[in-house]
Amino acid sequence: MELSLATRTVGEHTVLEVGGEVDVYTAPRLRERLLELIDSGARHVVVDLGRVDFLDSTGLGVLVGALKRLRTADGTFALVCDKEPLLKIFRITALDQVFPLHPTVEAATGAGA
Amino acid sequence: MATVRLSFSPAPVHVRTARLVGVAVARRAGVREDLLDEVRLAIGEACTRAVALHRQYGLTAPVLVEMSDSGTYAVRVVDRAPIEAGLGLAALDADQLANESLNEDDLTTGVGFALLAGFVEDLQVRPVDDGIGTEVRMVWPLAR
Repeated sequence: MELSLATRTVGEHTVLEVGGEVDVYTAPRLRERLLELIDSGARHVVVDLGRVDFLDSTGLGVLVGALKRLRTADGTFALVCDKEPLLKIFRITALDQVFPLHPTVEAATGAGA
Repeated sequence: MATVRLSFSPAPVHVRTARLVGVAVARRAGVREDLLDEVRLAIGEACTRAVALHRQYGLTAPVLVEMSDSGTYAVRVVDRAPIEAGLGLAALDADQLANESLNEDDLTTGVGFALLAGFVEDLQVRPVDDGIGTEVRMVWPLAR
């Protein structure tokens, strides 16, 4: 399935809903969208991976890049993910210790992410 | 003798095709359903790595993927990049991953290897027998 990207605002958070496959081919579009959001002033970004059915190292690299960029801009970055196969990817790569991971958008935005 | 052999020009767009073929052959060979996500991810990572190396070295030669199912499901992903570049197996810990000075390419490479090592019990990365390059060899058991 192709990559889909949709943005909405929840309070002071910008929520980017990602769907489909995030891989070496589609990850540049995700990177571009995240950069656009940050450049246009978003400082509290939540990426909702709820409809992602494939995520590889390239996609993870893009997410870490956004986290670092926001951190240096005094912003916050969090992920929403409740799918076990994706959570396993975060555990295996130790990225579960790098990203704030939440089961729902409500938890991510309410937790002050 | 490979059951299915696929070669593709080193472009990111073709990695998805390699994943789809790899999983289709795995399913046909009798790899357990609950392993197929891991097969898909691992073949994708190995192909992504090969494509990145070919692009880094300006190589137009195709990336080769061979799948065979005699007794086990074995997948070889072969690149043609200089060997010293290909064997950089680096697992990164959380502190290194979060380090500001680590660039995205290095991070992606480290994470890719962590995924390969984490998802493939029987994994080998070694020089090819003929000419320049490395092969990533991954083996999964068959259920039947």
